[in-house]
Amino acid sequence: MSLNFSKQILDQVDKFPDKQILKILIAGNYTHLTYKDIFDGACPYEYALKETGIGSGDVVILILPHGLDLIFAYFGTILNGSIPSIMPSLTEKLIPEKYRKDLRSLIEISKPSALITFSDFKKEIEFLETYESSLKSVIISDEIDFINGPYKEFLDHAGLMQLDDDVALLQHSSGTTGLQKGVALSHQSVFNQLESYQAALEIRKDDVIVSWLPLYHDMGLIAGFLLPMLYGIPLVLMSPFGWVKAPYKLMQAISKYKGTLCWLPNFAYNFCAKKIRDRDLSDVDLSSLRAVINCSEPMRFSSHEMFLEKFGVYGLQEKALATSYAMAENVFAVTQGGIDQPITYDEVDLISFQEKNVAIPVKPGDGSVIMVSAGRPISNVEVKIVDSSGKFLDERQIGEIVIRSNCMLDGYYNRDEETRKSFINGWFKTGDLGYIADSEIYISGRKKDLIIVGGKNIYPKDLETIAMEINGVHPGRVVAFGVYNKLKGTEDVVIIAEIEDEYIEKKESISEDIRKRVTRESAIALRNILLVDNKWLIKTSSGKIARALNKKKYIEEILS
Amino acid sequence: MERIERSSMIKREIISTLQSRIAKDILNIPEKTIALEEPLISSGLIDSFSLVDLAILIEDVFKVRVDDTELNSDVFDSLDQLADLILSRIQ
Repeated sequence: MSLNFSKQILDQVDKFPDKQILKILIAGNYTHLTYKDIFDGACPYEYALKETGIGSGDVVILILPHGLDLIFAYFGTILNGSIPSIMPSLTEKLIPEKYRKDLRSLIEISKPSALITFSDFKKEIEFLETYESSLKSVIISDEIDFINGPYKEFLDHAGLMQLDDDVALLQHSSGTTGLQKGVALSHQSVFNQLESYQAALEIRKDDVIVSWLPLYHDMGLIAGFLLPMLYGIPLVLMSPFGWVKAPYKLMQAISKYKGTLCWLPNFAYNFCAKKIRDRDLSDVDLSSLRAVINCSEPMRFSSHEMFLEKFGVYGLQEKALATSYAMAENVFAVTQGGIDQPITYDEVDLISFQEKNVAIPVKPGDGSVIMVSAGRPISNVEVKIVDSSGKFLDERQIGEIVIRSNCMLDGYYNRDEETRKSFINGWFKTGDLGYIADSEIYISGRKKDLIIVGGKNIYPKDLETIAMEINGVHPGRVVAFGVYNKLKGTEDVVIIAEIEDEYIEKKESISEDIRKRVTRESAIALRNILLVDNKWLIKTSSGKIARALNKKKYIEEILS
Repeated sequence: MERIERSSMIKREIISTLQSRIAKDILNIPEKTIALEEPLISSGLIDSFSLVDLAILIEDVFKVRVDDTELNSDVFDSLDQLADLILSRIQ
């Protein structure tokens, strides 16, 4: 029989039915679940899908709150042989119209056969009934009968028949336009990643993973959900919405359940260090942690320092700080660093780094920048650096990072052209810039303009388009970019817009309009808006607004 | 009667403090005047990452605690409602 998710999870259920695999924080209390509980919860979903004619290879979109139903529906979809894909639900920031537009475009491209959601969300998807789509079934979680179903006798777990190279799941990357590119991953790719990644993490019997990460994001789904669930590593899970309001609960969970592994985006180091009060940490002991892994946005030395300073007194060990470079297209990890050894920091000359694209090591002092190593490639992944023509570059030369592995994406789902364009001579072009030194990988930036806020990717063009629609803003004279905020550990979004002369008096209301529109159409809390007179913005010789030059001008003239 | 007047005076002070501190410390838009009934949370004005800042600010300034479970628009969504919540804990 082929290796597939259903076989793997059913093996765990058979061998360890009473093993407590999951502790999930719901409304202030932890619910403990065994493999048998997970199976019992998944079967009604498998039945509901099967009953409505959803079968093998059909895509099922899951829009559910972070909780038990999401987990049960995910495994129910897998057992049915269908392809699960989790999509975030509507948040307060985003306007419903924008959410519907995104959902519709996702449906048009990924052609799901079913959608599983909850009753409160029903009204948000009613509009789907008004047009032709691939959807054959909408299942409402609250209407599932968990008690009285002839489930088990009727279920054949069609997922067991899935082949190694069948698509196991779709991962829609985060970000404003990310929904249109579903990363399709085969069973084999996911297992290849998880086997290799476990070796890199030196997984041990006493490991406990603690996570608050959203499951629609690769870091949350792969590291914070599938790795533990499929391989029997106890998982303690809380919701991202719960964590963001009470970050101390993460520390209390680590302490209570002796957590050993935890993945965090860089901003979370600052967030936890700055926003947790000591009184919420009395009795907290973080000495069980053997790796806190920084991943999914640029990693900063100062964030690690801040985190260690705050939590060192609560038992956090310096050697527990770790790093990883990961992407959904490689299932997850490309590299891993700092497992049972310190992270390497590389101090390089700033001028040669910025102007000559080379990372020259220098003694600590002025004019240098400290780069955080992302570690070495995990065993099944190769990493190279290339120039714009695709030629391999030497050590310490900065160029685009390309990767090759046996855990690559099957393709962007139903987007063959996009998939083809992402490869060069068999290597996947990551779009990230970086260099290699002593076999360790350093990430220095992005090839294309991209703002990363709290691990979420934002394309400046999307924000500029929204701002240009505001009355009084000069069409075509808007620029958006990210500026690193050292206190927050992530980027602040900045928008600069030129105002038409007759609107100069109305600056305040225009600024308010831009802030509101951008926040509600992109779910980015926009705080930094600069309205300027005609001709402030620098243009290229072809008349286009130059993002990098305007960012430089902003930093030099406005920030300082 | 006197008591009611006193409490409405305190409420006005709470609102005015909240108005300036939220604009300055949380939104980073000091020139902004937040209207009394303006939705704070449901509009995304105070985003989820800043809710914990709001709780810290309230505790520092007014010495009352707002639990994390109360940080949602069902409990309060405007300066007016927030001031009432704070007032009820001061008294």
